[in-house]
Amino acid sequence: MEAVKQGSAAIGLRSKTHVVLACVNKAQSELSSHQRKIFKVDDHIGVAIAGLTADGRVLSRYMRSECINHSFTYESALPVGRLVVQLADKAQVCFLPFDFVLVVLVLGSSDFLLKLDFCLVVIGSSFGELWRDLETRDTPRSRRAKSLQILQTYCLTRVAGHYKINNSVEVCTQRSWKRPYGVGLLVGGLDESGAHLYYNCPSGNYFEYQAFAIGSRSQAAKTYMERKFETFDSASREELIKHALFAIKETLQGEKLKSSICTVAVLGVGEPFHVLDQQTVQELIKSFEVVEEEAPAPQEPSAAPEEAAAPAAEAAAAPMEE
Amino acid sequence: MTKQQANWSPYDFNGGTCVAVAGADYCVIAADTRMSTGYNILTRDYSKICKLADKSLLASSGFQADVRALQKNLEARHQIYQHQHNKQMSCPAMAQLLSNTLYYKRFFPYYAFNVLGGLDNEGKGCVFTYDAVGSYEKVGYSSQGSGSKLIMPFLDNQLKSPSPLLLPAQDAVTPLSELEAIDLVKTAFASATERDIYTGDKLEIVVLNREGIRREYMELRKD
Repeated sequence: MEAVKQGSAAIGLRSKTHVVLACVNKAQSELSSHQRKIFKVDDHIGVAIAGLTADGRVLSRYMRSECINHSFTYESALPVGRLVVQLADKAQVCFLPFDFVLVVLVLGSSDFLLKLDFCLVVIGSSFGELWRDLETRDTPRSRRAKSLQILQTYCLTRVAGHYKINNSVEVCTQRSWKRPYGVGLLVGGLDESGAHLYYNCPSGNYFEYQAFAIGSRSQAAKTYMERKFETFDSASREELIKHALFAIKETLQGEKLKSSICTVAVLGVGEPFHVLDQQTVQELIKSFEVVEEEAPAPQEPSAAPEEAAAPAAEAAAAPMEE
Repeated sequence: MTKQQANWSPYDFNGGTCVAVAGADYCVIAADTRMSTGYNILTRDYSKICKLADKSLLASSGFQADVRALQKNLEARHQIYQHQHNKQMSCPAMAQLLSNTLYYKRFFPYYAFNVLGGLDNEGKGCVFTYDAVGSYEKVGYSSQGSGSKLIMPFLDNQLKSPSPLLLPAQDAVTPLSELEAIDLVKTAFASATERDIYTGDKLEIVVLNREGIRREYMELRKD
């Protein structure tokens, strides 16, 4: 989770027909080139990552092969919702189908605990059953044997002296050779049910969003998008890209927005996923900046008519009052 | 004790003929659209030509289920290539891939007789002809399928290709213009349709050149 917060910003937003993904390209130094953070997964799905880019590449390779396999078998595009579920499941090492919540069960007396080289932690609906079963065993040896059997049934392995049974927990965190995927993924895609944007956390959780931002200084982008998100659904492709660029600008906090430090990718109805080239992005930035500059200028002359209008309104109001 | 023979075959023969001709800056790939089994016609409107990449088209006759499986396999492999290399596969690369894919099933082959046509990296037409297990050769023109034994001698006569054994290596592409080549293909198919029962109904011609891909149809005899 920390890795995601420290990665450079990536944002995504969607309308009813288009999804735009954009990210900030932060190069390690002036001499090096920047890392690619936006990947095409299929014609209708793209992903932007924040965090450990290496993990992101592994996951996007996985997603690509899932999409290819699906279209090979079913001759149709993989629905985005299915892909994110598969991705979320991948984050789980030990996926248990049982209806427990975090399980904590301390077995027997203290001398028993000493002999036992693990503690079972069990809570939940099946707690009573397990506990009763263990209670019926009167020797520590048989209790230990039963506990081991339970653990084996639930496919657990030793994790730093504790076993956790959970219906969705990351048991892998303590093993030396396994670690969670340190990358947050913004998955944008288009399928029969419309355009979608999902965020997949390293924890395995995923949510659907109208617009979201991840990575460092993403809060600024989120604030901007929170102000404007209501217009996104019906926004046109150009407006959506404009909002994306403005959101990216917010994360830069003062730095000038240039096409060399951001990457924008679009996908939508009739438009397969593709990354916009630098020239197009630079032109878009220029056109939006021109609009921005024009806005303050007309405001001054419009301020004058406003003042003129205000007394007129007052005058109109006055007659109305009379 | 006489040897037990299988009374069931995993293969069927759906007939059809495919032709491809390479020119200086174009490639013509043509195939009839009849699918048959035994003495029956399954459909008069089945395309045997598949676009694998921007510059490669595959025409295959034989057992269409195997052909379809082969096409899907190659399409998936091409997608992976595009993800990894960020560009489309060239025709010679696709030719090698097809050969390897076919040989992979050396001991349970794809019953597909293929002709791969396209433009190489320089924009020149290229045609690759295959057997069922992947042996391939770059040629100036080729035909495969039930009508190939009727068409091939005709093409040899009209498009006499220099021997590939000659040195210095001579260009195999035909000096004919695009329209002349299309006309030649139409003539070839019209003749083959007369005598081959598995060829007929409609001729699908796909022309690949600098501007892109163009599709044309011509009616053939329906008997």
